[in-house]
Amino acid sequence: MSGKYFHHALKFRKDVCIGCSHCMNVCPTQAIRIHGGKAELTDNRCVDCGKCYLVCPVGAIIVEQDDFSRIFEYEHRVALIPSILPGQFPESVSIRQICSVLLEMGFTDIFEVEHGTRILKDAMIKYMDERKDTRPLISTFCPAIVRLIQVKFPNYTGNLIHLKASLDIAAQYYQKKLLDQGVDPEQIGIFYITPCAAKIAAIKSPVGDEHSAITGVINMDFIFNKVYTSVKQGFSGKKTCTIPRMQHLQPEEILWTLTDGEASLMPGRALAIDEITNVIEFMEKIENEEISDIDFLELRACDQSCAGGILTSGNRFFAVERLRNNARMVKDQEKIRVTRESKESIDDYAEELGKDLAVNKILPRSMDKLDEDMTRAMQKMQKVQEIMKTLPYVDCGLCGSPTCNALAEDIAQGEAVVDQCIFVQKKYEQSGKLTPKESMEKMQKIWGHEKFEDSTN
Amino acid sequence: MDNQMHFEYNVEGGNFTRAGYASSQIKKILKQLNVDIAIIKRTVVATYEAEVNVVAHAYSGTIYVDIDTEAVKIRLVDEGPGIPDIDQAMEEGYSTASSQVREMGFGAGMGLPNMKKNADKLEISSEVDKGTTVEITMFLNEKG
Repeated sequence: MSGKYFHHALKFRKDVCIGCSHCMNVCPTQAIRIHGGKAELTDNRCVDCGKCYLVCPVGAIIVEQDDFSRIFEYEHRVALIPSILPGQFPESVSIRQICSVLLEMGFTDIFEVEHGTRILKDAMIKYMDERKDTRPLISTFCPAIVRLIQVKFPNYTGNLIHLKASLDIAAQYYQKKLLDQGVDPEQIGIFYITPCAAKIAAIKSPVGDEHSAITGVINMDFIFNKVYTSVKQGFSGKKTCTIPRMQHLQPEEILWTLTDGEASLMPGRALAIDEITNVIEFMEKIENEEISDIDFLELRACDQSCAGGILTSGNRFFAVERLRNNARMVKDQEKIRVTRESKESIDDYAEELGKDLAVNKILPRSMDKLDEDMTRAMQKMQKVQEIMKTLPYVDCGLCGSPTCNALAEDIAQGEAVVDQCIFVQKKYEQSGKLTPKESMEKMQKIWGHEKFEDSTN
Repeated sequence: MDNQMHFEYNVEGGNFTRAGYASSQIKKILKQLNVDIAIIKRTVVATYEAEVNVVAHAYSGTIYVDIDTEAVKIRLVDEGPGIPDIDQAMEEGYSTASSQVREMGFGAGMGLPNMKKNADKLEISSEVDKGTTVEITMFLNEKG
């Protein structure tokens, strides 16, 4: 096997896993197998979409985050919040309240990620204009999608818009701003409140860009619980801290993270598709050039985009509703807002930030190939075809691989054996090739011993 | 085991909802065989065009795929009206597709020219009222 391509924020806890295989069955890239009664992740296939995290009944899959106390290593503790965060709360909880809890927790500054979209939007339009021969261009907003394209649609890595994410732009802006105020760079800690695992993975090992201005990542569910507890306990936020003047987001900036947030702003025929299996289905068609006259594709791994992020706590449809309401409100109050708005703005740094938007080349990382060498790949494929003749096409997953075909491929790769299949076991038992005891051992090897203990005695 | 693989797919005339199935399968196979991604792309585009042609014009057809380490050969054999004038059919914009087919986004008369552009070798033979055979060859080891 080749080396590890990606850093993963999703971690499987063997001590908690009960080997139920729910995760294996929902993984859109077939990255999970069951062995010894535990789920195991194939690193190079995983794109950090987090579907497994959502279905795990025992919480054995965790999303790695930085320890919150890390923020206190810095004098300037910036919370970089996505607009989806206020969307988690009912309308009765104001953004003011949320911010004051964040300050109470120890942050000194709060900045909304979507300020970065102002600079990114113009850069994306320019990027598209300069590359009229490459269509469709694909947004790099969702890091799970970027990885999906790398492993499953390697032919389209060149179609990815090689520009920094708004998250990185916002972080860079805030860093520059503080530096210009004479702050010691060692004393700046920028922490992103993330709605998903893919963003963490992208920050910890950026796909195209090696350096990130982001110091650490805090999971959104952690923040949500802190804020909500505080609100429930009657903390109004007005007594203990003064809220810093916040720069206001434009309606289109608030909506950027939602489905159609980018596509609605891009030139030409622009389409938005959310949820990873929908994206895969659509990309298959793009790949065949069945669809060829699309200029821009906004692809998001989660249903309802970031509102459906795996670390969000609120209902995703309500979150969408709240963000849309916020955007409408901002629009209505535009005149009042302008006079109230603080003088500082990311626009002050637009030129400087705009120069530094390119990312390194995003490379194809095909996971479909059976072997680097074509002759060997052909031999393996022939073996897969041969094995498929003996398998039942039931895709029951009892062999520890998600489908019959996946098992056949695992066998061809030397990572599994054919009598892991329960149908094959039955056949072998019938013909005397396998004793019932051996057959039992086969199952125990996959599912662990516990599940086969006879509790009726 | 020899280093040669063979696949066959049936194509149903007139059924556009399934058009592209064989091309998708071929694409999957080539990906698994670690064929150069640029070659896969050209192969799939040419095959898809040819497959849609069978669906649009013929009653039924079969796609034969032969792969070895040197080349991918895709032969589409259909039973259908045939092409009376192949040279004319090769011209960009020439189409005999019905308005119904055009409304579905097919039949713009770019099929054969596009196939020719993407295939390393394209051979077409046809007999009127019998059918058409299209052979697409892609070479795997030639650079550039």
